[in-house]
Amino acid sequence: MTPTQKILGVAAATGLALAMGACARAENAVPEGGAGGDAGSGGPVTIGIKFDQPGLGQQVGSDFKGFDVEVARYVAKELGYTDVTFKEAPSAQRETLLQSGQVKMIFATYSITDDRKQKVSFGGPYFVAGQDLLVKADDTAITGPDSLNGKKLCSVTGSTSAKKVKDQFASSVQLQEYDTYSKCVEALNSGRIDAVTTDDVILAGFAAQPQYQGKLKVVGQTFSTEKYGVGLAKGDTATCEKVNAAITKMVDDGSWQKALDDTVGAADFKPDTSTNPPKPEPCS
Amino acid sequence: MDAITTLLQNYDVPAAFWMTVKLTVLSAIGALVLGTVVAVCRVSPVGVLRGFGTAYVTLVRNTPLTLIVFFCAFGLLNTLNLSLASAGSPTEVIDNNFRYGVVALSVYHASFVAEALRSGINTVPQGQAEAARAIGLGFGASLREVILPQAFRGAVAPLGNTLIALTKNTTVVATIGVAELAYLMRGMIEFNPSLLYAIFLLVAACFVLLTLPTGLLFTALSRRLVVQR
Repeated sequence: MTPTQKILGVAAATGLALAMGACARAENAVPEGGAGGDAGSGGPVTIGIKFDQPGLGQQVGSDFKGFDVEVARYVAKELGYTDVTFKEAPSAQRETLLQSGQVKMIFATYSITDDRKQKVSFGGPYFVAGQDLLVKADDTAITGPDSLNGKKLCSVTGSTSAKKVKDQFASSVQLQEYDTYSKCVEALNSGRIDAVTTDDVILAGFAAQPQYQGKLKVVGQTFSTEKYGVGLAKGDTATCEKVNAAITKMVDDGSWQKALDDTVGAADFKPDTSTNPPKPEPCS
Repeated sequence: MDAITTLLQNYDVPAAFWMTVKLTVLSAIGALVLGTVVAVCRVSPVGVLRGFGTAYVTLVRNTPLTLIVFFCAFGLLNTLNLSLASAGSPTEVIDNNFRYGVVALSVYHASFVAEALRSGINTVPQGQAEAARAIGLGFGASLREVILPQAFRGAVAPLGNTLIALTKNTTVVATIGVAELAYLMRGMIEFNPSLLYAIFLLVAACFVLLTLPTGLLFTALSRRLVVQR
């Protein structure tokens, strides 16, 4: 190495380190009092979303896109917040993020369940999803969960969805479990497995991705009910009431339907209209 | 304590524990065999083999295990259709995942085994190899009869470290759906988030149960088997 090359190398490495540092700072930026601000008092707020869920909450460059994100922005605006910071809320950390006050609200395909209610409170629901199947667009053999015998079904590690199909509908289905749904969808696309199962709106988000458009379809036979709620700190009824009012307003003025069409509509996905749009449940 | 009891009642912890043990033992055997071959290549007098051994260690040791596992599941299985289980059998999916998990773990840890063995080979004085050659043993025979037996005894401690690392690294194959401890833990966290700390404690205890005796055993073995010079 000549001295010039050495200097260039050091300069490049330093530049890279600085750039990475800057990214890390931008991601972790939590404005002072961001999560703890009083509801409706304006100013900054930190909201937890998924960063890797296409169609619902996905990071695209420095921006965020998806149905969860749209609802979060609308609700934050209705609550009077002017400066919204999004923070990643992976499934296993959602309760901790709310309890420690790192985020004020969570919009991250967060199903309302009794076990979760022991630790956090829920506003909403703002969407009622149901378990469904994603198959190849030209597949006519799979019409619902009971036509899966002898087929290969994919879901993610640590979810009931696949096990439920095996226990209740098709006892001789083979289960493949990966750590992410994107792996399931890729395996489906390559033909190694026959179907992917989870909530219909999540599946629609994957099918609406440009690389899968026209290749995959959601079967449209839901066989469970998942109410997506807004995660709040335990006992935060004041915020809960305002969130519910905001969701009701969003449904009434048509922004809810528009947000849904803009984000997961590309895969010809129609939510179950008997349950959607949902009425928020009373706060407790 | 109640929490641990609840978890043990609702989840099949022994089955997951057994799966981790199976992965560890089978991958350890695979890694030992493959690693020995690579180590022999690295010290062989043939240039091509030496090059292969060096290339293997350099490449595999610097590749994240997650990537190797992912490559096995998606590159070899899903894209190239190299199935390790009989097609059409009712357990095809599970068998393929488990076998590719063992393959990935073996391939990854073979590089560490090879380096541990090479360090063992370096503890054998040069004179031993020369003496073996002088009494007429070829490369293979002198390696088999003189060098490797001493090398293994010198490498017991680093091989033990590799085995402990392997035990913990089995958690990575949960990503392709092998039902071991980390896989079980994800399920528990999803359905019983209120018992988060008990879950961590339980899974950590399972691993301590595996790694602590291994560590003690290998420390004792390395003392007993060391070649006195």
